[in-house]
Amino acid sequence: MAATGAAMGEMARAAPVPAQPPAWTIYRHRLPVRIMHWINVVCMFVMVGSGLQIFNAHPALYWGQQSRFNDPALMIGSRQDKNHNLRGVTKIGSHPFDTTGVLGVSAGEDGKPRRIGFPSWATLPGPRSLAMGRQWHFTFAWIFAINGSLYLLWTFLSRHFSRDLAPTGQDWRGIGRSIIDHAKFKHPHGEEATRYNILQKLAYLTVILVFGPGIVLMGLAMSPHMDTVLGWLVDLVGGRQSARTIHFIIAFGFIGFVLIHVFEVLISGVWNQLRSMITGRYQVPGGRDESHEITQKLAPIALKETSHEAH
Amino acid sequence: MKPIDRRRFLTRGLAGGGALLLAGCDKLANTSWFKSVLGSAGPVTEAAQSAITPANALAREFTEADIAPSFRQNGSIDPQDDDYLDHVDNDFKDWKLEVRGLVAKPLSLSLEDLRAMPSRTQITRHDCVEGWSCIGKWKGVPLRAVLEQAGVKPEARFVVFRCMDTLDDALYYESCRLVDAYHPQTILAYDLNDKPLPVGNGAPLRARLERKLGYKQPKYLAAIELVDSYAHIGGGKGGFWEDQGYDWFGGI
Repeated sequence: MAATGAAMGEMARAAPVPAQPPAWTIYRHRLPVRIMHWINVVCMFVMVGSGLQIFNAHPALYWGQQSRFNDPALMIGSRQDKNHNLRGVTKIGSHPFDTTGVLGVSAGEDGKPRRIGFPSWATLPGPRSLAMGRQWHFTFAWIFAINGSLYLLWTFLSRHFSRDLAPTGQDWRGIGRSIIDHAKFKHPHGEEATRYNILQKLAYLTVILVFGPGIVLMGLAMSPHMDTVLGWLVDLVGGRQSARTIHFIIAFGFIGFVLIHVFEVLISGVWNQLRSMITGRYQVPGGRDESHEITQKLAPIALKETSHEAH
Repeated sequence: MKPIDRRRFLTRGLAGGGALLLAGCDKLANTSWFKSVLGSAGPVTEAAQSAITPANALAREFTEADIAPSFRQNGSIDPQDDDYLDHVDNDFKDWKLEVRGLVAKPLSLSLEDLRAMPSRTQITRHDCVEGWSCIGKWKGVPLRAVLEQAGVKPEARFVVFRCMDTLDDALYYESCRLVDAYHPQTILAYDLNDKPLPVGNGAPLRARLERKLGYKQPKYLAAIELVDSYAHIGGGKGGFWEDQGYDWFGGI
């Protein structure tokens, strides 16, 4: 129902259009992808919250094997100004920034300012609990890693990778236009909308091949027990504290990806997009354009057509 | 729906959803099955890590050049227990390490006795549960040597470290498996960076378990106890911080 409402909204906005092309619904996301996607959503939510909780136990990052406490790469702290008010200070390298209200000093449960790295609304589970933060983080780390490994396995075995995710020569040639389209928030229609565009592919590939494995490996590199066999990896990235810093940077890479991802979903027909990740069915914006019939035959696509009804 | 309605609907939906989610998390955190799932992360991680790393795999050792200018002091750094202060005043001359429990021959070792035993020196990275790391040079007697002298009974499964410092009204203690106790880098350290251990770092003797986080490497040692279970000790979770909810594994 919601989907119909949204679709009608789209059409109302697009009007007046002389002749409506027939609506075209495709089966976009297969069941394993849908299940793994939502498991991952829960994992990411918990891991970011509990990760920030852990970070708050020592809100500073360093580069190298150990912590040079006088020379952090990033430090979230606080100071008192001349009126004895608490101010949050975030130092990147040697540059201090006033981040009162968000980083360093933010409102506690009683609403009064207090010293804390990331604010308690951003941390799980609840305010200041390193022990519980660790339990949540490591429990969901297992689910995240297993779910992610199964996803990668499935993606390669089912040829989801080669058919839908690997950029083609044509994709690369169209990258300039794709960048312009994204900048204008212009979304593909018809046949083109049945495939991922090049920027979308690159974003997904970065997340599944670099961010995912990277953040797990950097997490393991922080483990003194695992370091007995992962010494090469620790050295490769410059040391355990470097690994911790990279773990943190990738986490924010994930947050950045999620923000853009959710933004794109919101502006490209949110109900249709949500439905496609729940039931698998996606209504192609702009419907079927008959002039693309030939291209479709020439370019085999993984996305299976399930229905198309005329309006 | 007009776009403006949709936007309002969405923002309200998101705000409501967010509030529900957070309330749900709070509720979930107090559910017993969820608690036991969370509690199993430590043991599962320990089993997995032990399975893929050799039992005697060594922690990385560093060079003199890597030693931190000053080794960070954290947790208990200035115990105010009367017995301990007496030992400090007396330069630990009357201090003895008791070795007891499931051993053939209980021991009582002075600092002099320990220094006369074989020693191991290692420059290693100390990782705190808070996230920081610090490199220091430790010298001490391998725990294996002490255990062999005492003769560990076959029914012993864990080593419990009894400490002299009180934190939040409880005496600090810790425990580890025999495999960790016998690890070549597990030493009872009396020197840090070529000097007797300072009070802030656990004088006169601290355990070094180089594959563990700092809280698993107790300071201010008073006794070593061989047990088949730590359920009856302290809060029953195997250590001071474990009794506060930290994982017993302490290897990540």
